[in-house]
Amino acid sequence: MMMRLMSWTALIFGCLYFLLPLIGMAEFSLKMRRGVYSLDAYAVVLADPAFQATFGYSVLMALMTIIFGVLLVVPTAYWVRLKLPGARPYIEFITLLPLVIPAIVIVFGYIRMYNTSSWLPLTGSVTGTNILLMMGYATLALPYMYRSVDTGLRTIDVGTLTEAAQSLGAGWFTILAKIILPNVLVAVLSGAFLTFAIVIGEFTMAALLDRPAFGPYMQLLGANRAYEPPALAVIAFAITWACMGLIQLVTRFSKHERARA
Amino acid sequence: MAYLDLTHLVKTFGTNRVVKDFSLGIDKGEFVSLLGPSGCGKTTVLRMVAGFEGPSSGNIVIDGQNVTSLRPNQRRIGMVFQAYALFPNLTVAQNVGFGLKVAGMGREETEARVTEMLRLIGLPEKGPSWPFQLSGGQQQRVALARALAPSPRVLLLDEPLSALDAKVRVSLRNEIRAIQRDLGITTIFVTHDQEEALSISDRVVVMNGGVAEQVGTPFQVYNQPSTRFVANFVGTLNTFEAEVEAPATGDLRLGGVPLSLGRPLSAAKGAKIGLALRPEAVHLGRAPGREVVLPATVREVHFMGSVIRIKADAAGTTVSLDTFNRPDTPPPAVGQASEISLSAQDIILLA
Repeated sequence: MMMRLMSWTALIFGCLYFLLPLIGMAEFSLKMRRGVYSLDAYAVVLADPAFQATFGYSVLMALMTIIFGVLLVVPTAYWVRLKLPGARPYIEFITLLPLVIPAIVIVFGYIRMYNTSSWLPLTGSVTGTNILLMMGYATLALPYMYRSVDTGLRTIDVGTLTEAAQSLGAGWFTILAKIILPNVLVAVLSGAFLTFAIVIGEFTMAALLDRPAFGPYMQLLGANRAYEPPALAVIAFAITWACMGLIQLVTRFSKHERARA
Repeated sequence: MAYLDLTHLVKTFGTNRVVKDFSLGIDKGEFVSLLGPSGCGKTTVLRMVAGFEGPSSGNIVIDGQNVTSLRPNQRRIGMVFQAYALFPNLTVAQNVGFGLKVAGMGREETEARVTEMLRLIGLPEKGPSWPFQLSGGQQQRVALARALAPSPRVLLLDEPLSALDAKVRVSLRNEIRAIQRDLGITTIFVTHDQEEALSISDRVVVMNGGVAEQVGTPFQVYNQPSTRFVANFVGTLNTFEAEVEAPATGDLRLGGVPLSLGRPLSAAKGAKIGLALRPEAVHLGRAPGREVVLPATVREVHFMGSVIRIKADAAGTTVSLDTFNRPDTPPPAVGQASEISLSAQDIILLA
């Protein structure tokens, strides 16, 4: 009885710890009009053309980063598992590097290497800078993307499935697209979700490469306004939760995944 | 020239020679088993035929085409794995149709072929099911259908029954054999289970240490083993030591009892030679036509239903012998003094 009471207390304390700041923030975001609760702050934020532009840009960048990340990470993790199991610790070490190297160091490195007077002047054009930013985002997301894909690959017998597909006449592309990727789709999605969250909130790279992303916009708004930033934060939370719901939905729909869980 | 020709195959992993000069010709429609203990190189030979391993030297020719340097997906072979290896993200029908789709076959044609294959393996309604909804035996049958659907030139079976329970193992092996006969597909079957190999094959290749010790029909391999290893590995064997009395006529002395093999021996007079006998060639008590009689003591009796396996001490060694159950004769008691009889012509001479 005592134990039950204590665990309930702990749970309630935990919930309050996480929920109170959120509730406070949400409550504050509704107080733009004096004396009554209103959605004025949200209306202002959503109507701001800068919000729409930066958010749209960041969503697009996130999608590009996810596609690029999947194309980079899935074949790599697959190949390492299949042919170079000895290299796994090194690959894991490399994929963890972005966690310890600050984004600002990476972006300065980029600017030094790919500036207009370099051998590959990516910063010289808007498209080039966008590509560079996407590469940077992919680097930041690499630890999460690689880990989740690698964990997904662990749940299937990569070697035998590959050989089975090969004996049926399939080449590498078919094997990756039809067998490996669908089987690690949920893992790829959770990696993709993390990538999305990272890209939407990222400030340093976008600011230093001078791209109109959502991160610098949030920073600008936070520095100049009172009620809009919390509204923006609530919107960001809503998007996050929607993403998580989407992952659940996809998991629910892929029938073969249900059996494994 | 055989349909599938393996000539002087050698495979080395580092300094370890797993397969040493392995040659074998397999005729079209033949069912050949590679039998041997783990590490004997049988799976490596199969994987070289499939193309998953490249031979260090030697050639693999299928139907006159040298496939040694071809990649696995260019060889047109079908393979069934021990772990089934069905694609978990595809339904049964999609699994079976995978090879056809890869080959670029049209939708209607594919569907017809998938239906045909599912009927062949006796699972016509399982097309829309997911692999995880099937039992092990059903999954392996689907794997067989998947391998056979694109009409491969050679079917390779890598211990396909090892993961199944005993009853399914027997029924599925009969089914595999029936389907193989039906389609007339050239098949290599890898197993470490001698009963499986003997019961299912046209020919058995007994492998040990990377070489083929003996190649022959199951009857030959069992009854005329060419080496001591084959004799020991295939079936149960009683071994005796006998003293040579007269090499020219094959007269021996076994546990004090004279017997004649009726064929000349290469061993000198007075030398010890190894003899072997299958348990079913030894009879408890005297019987007509079994002229060699040895005194024996019953040590163990295992009643297994239709067969009774008895272990008895005779001629200074423990002898296993099998008798059929007869409702009117209870098995002998342990410790009972008795006699065993055998026929000299059943004796296998060990090299």
